[in-house]
Amino acid sequence: MIKLNVNGRVHEVDVEPEMPLLWVLRDHLHLSGTKYGCGISLCGACTVHLDGQPVRSCGLPAAAAAGKRIVTIEGISEHGMHRVQQAWIEHQVPQCGYCQTGMIMAAVSLLEKKPRPTDADIENAMTNLCRCGTYARVREAIHAAATIKS
Amino acid sequence: MTNRAQALKSPQRRDFLKASAAAGGGFVLEFSFPFVARAAMGRPATEVNAWIVIHPDDRVVIRIARSEMGQGTYTALAQLVAEELDCDWAKVSAEFASPNENVRRSRVWGSMSTGGSQGVRSSQDYVRKAGAAAREMLIAAAAAQWKVSASECSADKGVITHGPTKRTLRYGQVAAQAAKLRPPGDVALRDAKDWKIAGRPLHRLDIPDKVLGKPVFATDVVLPGMLHASIAQSPVFGGKVKSVDAAEAETMRGVKKVVRTEDFVAVVADSWWRANRALGKVRIEWDVGAYGQASDATITAMLREGLADPKIAEARRTGDVSGAFSSAAKTVEAEYGSQYLAHATMEPQACTAWVKPDGFVEVWTSTQDGMASLSAAAQTAGVPLERAEVHKTMLGGGFGRRGAPQDFVRQGVAIAMAMRGTPVKMMWSREEDMQHDFYRPASLVKLRAGLDAQGKVVAFEAKIACPSILEVLMPGAARNGIDFTAVRTLSDMPYEIPNQKIDYAMRNGHVPVGFWRAPGQQNGVYRECFLDELAQAAGKDPLEFRLAMLKTGDKNRLVLEAAAKAAGWGTALPAGAGRGLAVVEGFGSYAAGVAEVSVSPEGGLKVHRYVVAIDSGYVVNPDTCAAQAESNAVYGLGALTQSCTVRDGRIEQSNFHDFRLPLIGDMPKVELVLVPTGGFWGGHGEPGILPFQAAVLNAVFALTGKRIRSLPLRKEDLRKA
Repeated sequence: MIKLNVNGRVHEVDVEPEMPLLWVLRDHLHLSGTKYGCGISLCGACTVHLDGQPVRSCGLPAAAAAGKRIVTIEGISEHGMHRVQQAWIEHQVPQCGYCQTGMIMAAVSLLEKKPRPTDADIENAMTNLCRCGTYARVREAIHAAATIKS
Repeated sequence: MTNRAQALKSPQRRDFLKASAAAGGGFVLEFSFPFVARAAMGRPATEVNAWIVIHPDDRVVIRIARSEMGQGTYTALAQLVAEELDCDWAKVSAEFASPNENVRRSRVWGSMSTGGSQGVRSSQDYVRKAGAAAREMLIAAAAAQWKVSASECSADKGVITHGPTKRTLRYGQVAAQAAKLRPPGDVALRDAKDWKIAGRPLHRLDIPDKVLGKPVFATDVVLPGMLHASIAQSPVFGGKVKSVDAAEAETMRGVKKVVRTEDFVAVVADSWWRANRALGKVRIEWDVGAYGQASDATITAMLREGLADPKIAEARRTGDVSGAFSSAAKTVEAEYGSQYLAHATMEPQACTAWVKPDGFVEVWTSTQDGMASLSAAAQTAGVPLERAEVHKTMLGGGFGRRGAPQDFVRQGVAIAMAMRGTPVKMMWSREEDMQHDFYRPASLVKLRAGLDAQGKVVAFEAKIACPSILEVLMPGAARNGIDFTAVRTLSDMPYEIPNQKIDYAMRNGHVPVGFWRAPGQQNGVYRECFLDELAQAAGKDPLEFRLAMLKTGDKNRLVLEAAAKAAGWGTALPAGAGRGLAVVEGFGSYAAGVAEVSVSPEGGLKVHRYVVAIDSGYVVNPDTCAAQAESNAVYGLGALTQSCTVRDGRIEQSNFHDFRLPLIGDMPKVELVLVPTGGFWGGHGEPGILPFQAAVLNAVFALTGKRIRSLPLRKEDLRKA
């Protein structure tokens, strides 16, 4: 049994220690907001926060996440929407939407570290892939979210 | 019971609800699909007509027959219905129409196919009429209640007012009565200049759930007792399963079954990761058939042989081509080519299927064509269409991958047949997805043009060799050896060139090809790059050269002028920057683009700006159109450098490390100039990509003097010598 603290709740899951966190979240805890895109820690669709840091959960063994604070898209805001989600709606960022939860997780993390990120900061932090081409709006929405009071 | 519920009598849908509820607390009850048809379930809502459900509290649910893959059709169609319905947009939601019901209700929702930028343009007429008819019925119901003439009543934002007495009734109050009325025979549609809901940049209906991470995609489906499957198909296209040793896999944790068919092996387990891990331990021997040695070299040789074929098929011939060439002052010749490309949707192919004990088949999938999915499911299960249902989910990208083929539905249902009674969610790994696509065709095109002494094009010849998409997806649809998707943009040029000969050599090979965003788009790349070559040979400005060949009033001319003006064609650029343009019509619209680029000393291309002008006749949502322009630019940008290469009969690329997508820093500034001239309905999902690559490559030439004729573009092509 592995104990995982996800969105403030502790879950005991009976999984292989090497099962990537992504699959524990999706198939065992039914938190499907975190997506599978590549399985090789590249595309970022599976981005979650681990002790406040953005990580690609498809490459992170569940055992390595034990005892750490895991936050998923379902847990970034206790009441209503996170300011990043608000900005995402205001700027109509998503198209198909599949990569967007990972994008939002990366953006939330960026803004926690750099409340007023520059374009260069955004390019460094936002390494998520989007096939629909939402990048310009992602950038705009991050700048906008930076001005919204949390 | 609502009209719809009575009409439905759908035991399957009720069973699903019961099963979901019976499975009890926790996730199953929390699980709900925001977009799956459910408007009338358990609520006293009224179906006024097949497209419109109205709740007593005035909430309006609009049924959408086409699919949503990011392009915004879901919202645009709802806007068109709401425009004519005169309801309150703030109270509008949408849901997908059911393919099973569509069959049982005499195809009341028509086509569900979503490709070729058709979503809005080919259904706008009947969905607007549905909205207008419902409005008339609602007004008539209120008039009847007041015992006044309907002509004295009007509707606005879901409220009907009797003019003389100022009495009002809300839609929710009269919907039940309205539904009992006979629909009006014919209804007048509003002129676009009077639109209040359509034509405006309203927020998309699907975005709130998407930013919250709600389960909206096929891969998010959870059903009671559901198992997961991962699949392996022959790495060489067309190969068959020869032998399977699943002894080790079957003992692995969570594995329930190893399913073997002629074409694939699938492991079914209690989580996808376990299924996929065990699949890696199944020893599969493939009978790869005749194509185990195929490679890029054999494919290029096949295409080259096509170019030389004396029996090449004629797609178009006008005037006296050989005569015009022999009297031409100058002849320009060039060969263009490009390779196969994957769609690489971010959500891999997926299908959840459940074969009920009574044989009824239910499917949840990301599909561009609900009816094609229904057919594939019913056919695979051997049941009539009425005994199958497809729950359409939001698509994690489509771009043509999820329409015609329906391979994933056939596989999902085949797996579920082997697990009868248990729902199974099949999802492809990224590697499987990259290597089992229906690729954009590779192509090789020889272009030749003759110019007279004044630099006017008098003769144009094209020989096109490439696989036929129609031959793969709709055998028999290609007539006289011509697949229109293979020759378009060359066989139907808007340019006034008196003597033309356009030939096509269909050379199919073994790599499956399919509709890939703007099928045939490569011809636009070749044509518009070649036009620049001709302009150069004629010593003319690329814009002036094209305009001189376009008739007054031609909409290609209009968009070209609009793009050139917005981009500042002819104005100075900063040092190190180049500008290029192109114009291509397609998918009902006219599109012209101007690109600004720079090239690093190492040969890295950067596209800074892409101005694209589009005339789509009408514009339903300018913001989703802008998003599509941005999307097309990024898709086109990727296509400049991506390739799917073939070795030993298989696709070499396997994931995003070797099939690279542009990153946020690569995104150009995209400016859409909408020039809707009315009178026709064009699309937006694809037109924006049509001029993109040629505009970029023409800009590269303007900057570096290097003419790129073969894609993918490699760094070494542009590196400073």
